[in-house]
Order: sequence, then C-alpha cells, then structure tokens
Amino acid sequence: MSPVDPNPPISPNPPEIAETLEAAWGEAPGLKGWFGSVDHKVIGIRYLFTAFAFLIIGGIEALVMRVQLAGPDASLLSPEQYNQLFSMHGVTMIFLYALPILSGFSNYLWPLMLGSRDMAFPRMNALSYWLFLAAGIFLYLSFPLGAAPDGGWFNYVPNSSSEFSPGPNIDVYCLGLIFLGISTTVGSANFVVTLLRMRAPGMSMNRLPIIVWGTMTASVANLFAVPAVSLACLFLWFDRNLGTHFFEISGGGQPLLWQHLFWMFGHPWVYAIVLPAMGMVSDALPVHCRRPLVGYTLVAMATVATMVVGFGVWLHHMFATGVPTLALSFFSAASFVIAIPSAISVFAWIATIWTGRARITVPFLFFTSVILLFVIGGVSGVMTASLALDWQLTDTYFIVAHLHYVLIGINLFAVTGAIYHWYPKMSGRMMDERLGRWVFGLMFTGFNLAFLPMHWLGLAGMPRRVYTYAHNMGFSATNMVVTIGAFLFAFGILLFFTNIWLGARSGRAAGPNPWEGPTLEWAVSSPPPIYNFAVIPLVASRHPLWEERIGDTGEKSLFAEGFLLDRGKETLAVTPLDGEPDVILKMPGDSWLPFALSVALMPLFGGLLLHSTLLAALGALATLVILILWYAPHADTAEDEAVRVYG
Amino acid sequence: MAEARTLDARLPIHGMGRVGTPWWGMLCLFATEGILFAYLIFSYAYLGSQGYQAWPPTGVPPSLVLAIPATILLVGSSFVLEYAKRRARMGAVGVARLALAIGILMGAAFVALSLKEWSDKPFTLATNSYSSIYFVLTGTHLAHVAIGLIALIVLLVWSLTGRIGPGHEQHRTLATLYWHFVDVVWLFVFATIYLSPRLA
Repeated sequence: MSPVDPNPPISPNPPEIAETLEAAWGEAPGLKGWFGSVDHKVIGIRYLFTAFAFLIIGGIEALVMRVQLAGPDASLLSPEQYNQLFSMHGVTMIFLYALPILSGFSNYLWPLMLGSRDMAFPRMNALSYWLFLAAGIFLYLSFPLGAAPDGGWFNYVPNSSSEFSPGPNIDVYCLGLIFLGISTTVGSANFVVTLLRMRAPGMSMNRLPIIVWGTMTASVANLFAVPAVSLACLFLWFDRNLGTHFFEISGGGQPLLWQHLFWMFGHPWVYAIVLPAMGMVSDALPVHCRRPLVGYTLVAMATVATMVVGFGVWLHHMFATGVPTLALSFFSAASFVIAIPSAISVFAWIATIWTGRARITVPFLFFTSVILLFVIGGVSGVMTASLALDWQLTDTYFIVAHLHYVLIGINLFAVTGAIYHWYPKMSGRMMDERLGRWVFGLMFTGFNLAFLPMHWLGLAGMPRRVYTYAHNMGFSATNMVVTIGAFLFAFGILLFFTNIWLGARSGRAAGPNPWEGPTLEWAVSSPPPIYNFAVIPLVASRHPLWEERIGDTGEKSLFAEGFLLDRGKETLAVTPLDGEPDVILKMPGDSWLPFALSVALMPLFGGLLLHSTLLAALGALATLVILILWYAPHADTAEDEAVRVYG
Repeated sequence: MAEARTLDARLPIHGMGRVGTPWWGMLCLFATEGILFAYLIFSYAYLGSQGYQAWPPTGVPPSLVLAIPATILLVGSSFVLEYAKRRARMGAVGVARLALAIGILMGAAFVALSLKEWSDKPFTLATNSYSSIYFVLTGTHLAHVAIGLIALIVLLVWSLTGRIGPGHEQHRTLATLYWHFVDVVWLFVFATIYLSPRLA
C-alpha cells in the first residue's frame, strides 16, 4: 500500500550529506548507545513510554478503589490500604504521568518544530529522563512492603507528622518528591534555554507553535514553583527525622505553612500540566480544520497570562482553613479572573472549527472533546472560586469530579489525540482510524459516566477519601454507575494501547506529512533522521509548509538551501529574540554520565531514608565525582569555524 | 545544482558569555535557586509573624560580631575572583591563579566563621521554630558556598594541571558568576537574619 503522503520530505536529505551526518550523529552500538543516548527523539519516546506505564499503574490503583467503592460497606480494602492507594494514585497521575507525558511530547517535538538538531543540553535532557525514572522507582519501592505514602498527594500536616504517621511512608513521599524535583528542574531549564537559543534562523517569537509557548510557560513556572514543594518536603523530613519545629506546633511551628508552600507550588503545577496539552490542541486541531489557528497572538498571550495569574490563586485551595477575610476575597477574585485567559483558548478553538473545513479524524474527535470537557471542568472550577460554594463543596466528590474533568479532560484527552496526530511522525506509520473511533467512543462515554455523577455525589455530601460508606446514605446506586464508567474508560485506554501496538506492527506507511500539517516537523521524513534536518531551514512565516496554500505573500521559507554544519556533531544557536544565527555548537555524543548520576542519587536518597550516613555519603561522593567529570573541559578550544552551507 | 559549499564567513564555536548556551543555563539555575531562598525567607517571616510574640524568641537579635567580618570576606572574595577572571582572560596566568587561591581562602574563612557562629549558638536545630529556620536558612546558603568552593578548587586544580587554558573562558566565567550569585543571596540572608530583627 502506498504511503498516505507519497511525496519526498520538503527538507532535502541528499545521500552524500546523510552519510556524513549519520557518522557524526549516530549512536554507539550496544549498551553504551542504549544507556548513553542523548538523542531528543529517543528520550522523548522513553518519556512517553514510561509515563504511560505510570498511567497504567495509577489507573489500576483507581480501578481497585472503584471496586471497593462500588457498593456500600465493602471490605475488599482496609482503610490503611485505601489511604495508600489514593495517595499513590494521586502522586502517580500528577507527578509521574501528567507532566512527564508532556515532557515526552515536547522533547520529541521541540527541536523538530523549531528547526534544530537537538535540545540545548542533550546530556541534561537524558539526565532529566533517568532522574524521572529513578524517582518514580524510588516512590514505588515501599509499595510492595505496604509502606507507600499514605497522606494524599498534598500530604497535609499534622496528619503526615511523625506523631500521626509513624513509619517510613511519608518519608518516602518527602524524599521522592525532592528527587523528582531535580528531574523537573533540569528538564525545565533545558526547555527554557532551548527555546531561547536552539531555533532555525528566522524562527522568531511570533512564529513559535503554541505547544512551544505552552511548554516554555510551564517550564519557567516549574523553575519558580518546584523549589516550594521541595522545601516543604525538606522541612517535613527534618520535622519527622531531626525533631525540628517547622510544622510541629509545640515548638512554635505552623501547620498551615505546609499548605502555603505546597499550594504555592501546587497551583502553578496544575497549569504546568495543562498548558502544554492545550498547546498541542492549539497546534494540531487547526491541521484537522485545514486553516490556521484563530487568534494566535491572543492564545499565546493567554497562555502566559494564565500562568502569571496562576501564581496568585494558591489560597483557593485553603478557603476552609480560617485565613483572614481580606485574603479570602483577594484570592477568590483572582480565581474568577483566571477564567478569562483560560476561556480565550476555548473560543479560539471553537472559532477555528467553525471557520475551518474540518476532517472528522480521530485526533479531531479527541481535540473537540477537550473543549467540552474543559468547559465542564472550568465551570465547576469557577463555581468553587466562590467562597460560599467552596465551603460547601470542599473535600467532597464535587472536587474530585472537577479535578478529573480538568486533568483528564485537558491532559489525557489532548494527549491521546496528540498520539494519534504525531504517532505517524514518530513511527512512520498510521494508527488505525476505525479502531481509533471505538477508542474515542469508549473513553468519552466511560469518562463521563465515571465522573459526571461524582458532581452529584459531592452535592449530596459524599466526602472524598473515604474508604467506604454506609448503605443508607443514598450513595450506593450512583457509586455503582461511577465504577461501571471507570471500567469502561479503562477498557477504552486498553484498546488505545492495542491501537498503538497494531500501528507499530501493521500500520499503513505515513510518509512525511500525512495530515498536511504546516509546521517544520512535517518537513522531514517519518521517522526523522537522527540529525533531524540535513540542511537547517530558514523560516519566514508561522506556517512554513502552508505559505502557498494560505496565500502568504511575504517572504517564503527556504528548505532547499541553508546551513549545513557537517563538521562533526554540530548545530546552530541563534540570538534569543530575533533568531539570527549566532554561534555553532559542538554537541556532546553518547554519554554514561546522565545514567550514572541518577544511579548515584539512589544511594544518596536511600541512605537518607534508611538513616544510613554511610550510604548517603557514598551517594553524595559519587554524585560529586560525576558532576566534576560532567564539567571537565574539552581539549578542543577552536574559537571559530568557516560556515558550511548547502544550495 | 545544489551542493555543499564552504563560505568565507565564520561563526564562533560555543561562544563566550551570553553567546554560548551554558550562560543561559546558569541563569535558569539562578532563577530556581534564587526563588528557593525566597521561599526560605518567606518561611522565616511566616513563622516569625504567626507564632511567637518576640522573634527571635529570646528577644535579642543575633550578634553581628562574626557576621560582619564574614560578610566582608564573602563580598570581598567576589571582587578578588572577578579580578582573577579578568587577569586570566588577559593571559596573566600567575596572577590569576594567585587571586583565585586567595578568593578560595576568603570563601573558606567565611565557612569557618559561619561554623563558629553555629557552634556558639545557645540553641540547636530542634529547639524551636526559630532555631529550625535559622539553621536551615543559613545552612542552605552555606551548602551553596561549599559547592562554589569545590567548583573553584577544581578550577584551580585544572588550571595548575594544564587542563584549562586561555580558551576555556566559559569555565571561568560560569564559576565566577555562580560565586557572585551565592554572594548576592548572602546579602538577603544577612538582611533577614541579622537586620530584620533590628528593624522591628
């Protein structure tokens, strides 16, 4: 069967150049190539794969809880087991799935979309992946022992203090989140510098795809937000292990300090796990509507504005804690205001569908459903921004419904659509559309069946985080419906993974641009060569592949000629704002260091957990040695080099 | 016919300072570490304003006897290291190494004074919320000084063993820049711990 797009890639890849670049960029054979890979595409796919694995684990935890809650007075799980399950479910989905899955997409797509050959710091990129994996394993190490974190994903003190939670459970949480925070920070810094420097000439700020705006905003936010939770976890670990009094009230500690620090991090984080996903919708939905996104500038600015306001709403998670009225009013107002930038994207998407010529593809179905689910989740969010309502609804299933509509609605549904959209680029093959429609139907029906009734449960007064309920409370029938919906939803996701697997085995060849997309990733073959672009493109518009189609009368983007950079593993860095060629970067090759560093951190954190100074000291020493090797000066100090071009 | 060509135009490799990428990576590190100290100082203020009547609970602001000389040493070391970096750029290797060594000694003296001040305190980490935040705030900063010292010592060793030469401007720039950052952070820590109780 012929490929969906039979044309050769628009970005040329002449054989003699391909050979030179392949030699410079190709990975080492064997173990070193596998553990030492610094290719952003390999790392991106690893991120996606691992995050999906955590999605399955977190999903199974949810299903076990749903079995327990299907009927009243159930005894499948003990309260302790239930506590660990909902805590690990939250931690897994929020920390180990929701952001890493988006990092996976961004890692894979950024250099391709920006017209570069790699991220700014390839070894740091590998490091952020290995740290994510190591921290994920660390958080799960105590799960089989029945000592997993059990204080909920926001782990409030004093419930999580050593007095009320003896045992290692909460210590695993504290150290695990600090561990994971390093991964997030390293990854975010890499995205920020990549955005500023690693773009094709001409890729100026006003031409960036929206997913780049989304991930950049999320990354800057992470740099500013993650230290808050790492610090809170450090304080709590000190309180629990060294007898300090940060939260411990007897020595002047303040339990509410935990909530402040946690939500100063937590709320920006919520936006960090939806803004890149909204960016994916903003970039991919217009392709299936065959027109550019309506209101590009507004959407880009709204993305940034959402995050800025997002730093000023953390107190709305604490309305019921007795904070002063003035603060309540301010944060309530800010929480209402944030609806405005969020709504801009929604209206832009609707206008894009309305004025475009939509193809009803599987990605289109998923992206459209994002709009609906986001509106439902958004409206229930605005409702709880109101103090009077929040006092009634907080800690009930209404909140559970709200946060799942927002997170699954904007994150998972967007991600699923994005997999259907970009899978052809990553694998070179299409996913089956017919099966995809079944996946969509099951996921959409299952999701709404599972979560819409939760609103009602909340309004009827069912508190969240209870391991069971009595038979005469009127919750039974609705809970059974919720459980049926959850299994339907899970079945849809199982079918989705089957769809991926079948696509890899027997999917139709895609060709470079099967969806006729406008952005640079569609200019190279599918899957792309390891160096992405043999000739670095010269970008002249926001839609380099659509210039003729949309009648762009300005200058045309150039693919057939441009920077070649074939003297070793080289790429180009540009000036931050205008995208003028600035400097040639010699990129590092495969390296053991990132993997070794994440392995070295295991005994460091493990030693802290087990109170083994020796183990921790060994880990710290190994970390130090690896870092020194990392920054070891390279022998070649040539200052400049003649520019090689093609064309 | 399209073909590969070499132009007369040249572009720098890696680039110095802002032209390279590591400088921007360092900026990201400063952003996230800077905000970490902001959260620490917020916690100090929160614990102080929500808990005790007097803050510090003893009612007496911490003594400046060791803190002032320590501050002078640390701030002074920044100037010495900046001087070392500039001499190295001009190729005055001997002077640069000497200045680097002096900078390291000044930083080490700061650490020694801080540890002395720690051991003189009548309270320990676990005494109360003030002692907890005092040790963790100054300790986090001290850890940053220690990492900076290790970086500078490694830099000096690399210079003496010939692994770093005139072409490695980037290494010198980044190590010095990090030290300046740690210095600036100290001024905020100093203002928080030593000056703010005197203003109240």
